[in-house]
Amino acid sequence: MSDAAAHAAMQSVMRKQRVQDFIFHKVTMLFALSVLFVLVGIIISLFIGAAPAFKEYGLGFITTNEWDPVNDQYGAAIAIVGTLVTSGIALLIAFPVSFGIALFLTEICPVWLRRPLGTAVELLAGVPSIIYGMWGLFVFAPLFGDYVQPLLKATLGQLPWIGVLFQGPTMGIGVLTAGLILAVMIIPFISSVMRDVFEIVPAVLKESAYGLGCTRWEVVRKVVLPYTKTGVVGGVMLGLGRALGETMAVTFVIGNANRLTASILSPGNSIASTLANEFAEASTTLHVSSLYALALILFVITFIVLSAAKLMLMGMSRKEGVK
Amino acid sequence: MSANSVINTNNPVYKKRLLMHRIGIALSIGAMAFGILTLLWILATLLINGFSALSGAMFTATTPAPGSEGGGLANAIFGSLMMVGISTLVSTPIGILAGIYLAEYGEENKVAQVTRFVTDIMLSAPSIVIGLFVYAFYVANVKHFSGYAGSIALALIAIPVVVRTTDNMLRLVPNSLLEAAFALGAPRWKVAMMVRLRAVKAGVVTGVLLAVARVSGETAPLLFTALNNQFFSADMNQPMANLPVVIYQFAMSPYDNWRSLAWGGALLVTFSVLGLNILSRTLFAQKAPK
Repeated sequence: MSDAAAHAAMQSVMRKQRVQDFIFHKVTMLFALSVLFVLVGIIISLFIGAAPAFKEYGLGFITTNEWDPVNDQYGAAIAIVGTLVTSGIALLIAFPVSFGIALFLTEICPVWLRRPLGTAVELLAGVPSIIYGMWGLFVFAPLFGDYVQPLLKATLGQLPWIGVLFQGPTMGIGVLTAGLILAVMIIPFISSVMRDVFEIVPAVLKESAYGLGCTRWEVVRKVVLPYTKTGVVGGVMLGLGRALGETMAVTFVIGNANRLTASILSPGNSIASTLANEFAEASTTLHVSSLYALALILFVITFIVLSAAKLMLMGMSRKEGVK
Repeated sequence: MSANSVINTNNPVYKKRLLMHRIGIALSIGAMAFGILTLLWILATLLINGFSALSGAMFTATTPAPGSEGGGLANAIFGSLMMVGISTLVSTPIGILAGIYLAEYGEENKVAQVTRFVTDIMLSAPSIVIGLFVYAFYVANVKHFSGYAGSIALALIAIPVVVRTTDNMLRLVPNSLLEAAFALGAPRWKVAMMVRLRAVKAGVVTGVLLAVARVSGETAPLLFTALNNQFFSADMNQPMANLPVVIYQFAMSPYDNWRSLAWGGALLVTFSVLGLNILSRTLFAQKAPK
């Protein structure tokens, strides 16, 4: 074969490959963009669905403290408060416990036990939401209502200021129970992020502290935690994002009452549980639309929380890059 | 401490620090015990309540009418397998190709970076909102609940899981391997598909298994899409029974027989999901790229 012919053959192969690469790029891009399309689709369809409710009530929908399908009157305040309070309780409990677990698995646990114990904690995240609901309603709530809630009422319930949070009948189910179950559900997510960020602390920093005579607790409290602050907060936000949208477990144990009470022992409702309970049975346009509006509010809140979490964790992994 | 030690163990500051350390460590061990015991408590509950419902009839008989005795979960198990199967068939290629795009072009272009960000958020997005979305654009238009709608909702939840694991795994492949392939004159698509993807096959399979595990227990997105069906039906275009929704409905019912079946179903779902989780972990642990 002459040089010119070989050159031409190579040119044609390269041209073919360039076309193939171009197609490869565009095809994979199309699939990647499908994720973006779904996001845009969710926002648009929720907006369209929610439009009648917002037209009827305006932005006052968010602050109206009434949800009454019988008289066709809707406001989102009860569900929003229920969602925020249950998630808040969950975070208050899940944060220290997750910190303890992450600390145990990164600093205290013997190496051979790390994998099995780490896997066991992560399996908590694998247990389906509905199972937490059944366990919460049939096993945990009766015990909680018989033993713990009366105790809370007799002690914390007697205190000024916060006493008002622990009033009413002790039925086992309610806002506090939902918060506790949510806490167990988000612990694996938070502790797994914490473990990851604890592991990127440069060994030199920790060794210096140990060299100065710090105890293990002091090293974690004063070196590891400050170094990983952003990542830890990111992990907590990720847990919050999960808790806000959790549906089935909350639906089982929150009591599904469309009332707003100060007591966290009493039943309430969250956005997700309202959707699960009422969407299939909603008949009037306004009811359906109000439920879409609730879903939109939930989606916007979780989107903001998860974005913040993601941005913080991205900052953290940049730190890992420069260590 | 011996007398010639440099540390004076009676020093109050030292004592306080040691005490703080001990309290901290004890609380940490307590937190770990809390996690493990809760898991064991849930699993024990399932075994105690669900074991009596486990029988041949659970896999062969269909869901019983309200208040009647006997029956099983055959239609629900079949429906769940169908919907999870179809959602896996749909989400796997989409997720893997999207993951390849993120890993290949993610460093250099903004679109890929935004997609990666959004995927991470969709990973934790409330599943009930996904169900509502599928209701709004599919069920409301065809005007009936169906197994297909349920499969779409599950696929939408599975896709981000597959995308994210594929992307993560592909980025673990050493550059030298890719450069070797490029040096042989291989075009980018061949390097991506036949070298890079092949190197992390086990990791990608892990992602798919995790996605299957994730959607198998999902209840909320099926409530308004697949709904439920009291009878055995293989028609994906009709409302379809599925384990999570049947468990939900039966657990909330006043009938003892239904509740017992709900516990049986719960046992089945949980142990399948946790089994898949463990399987995917061991699979990846053995074949992780070094």
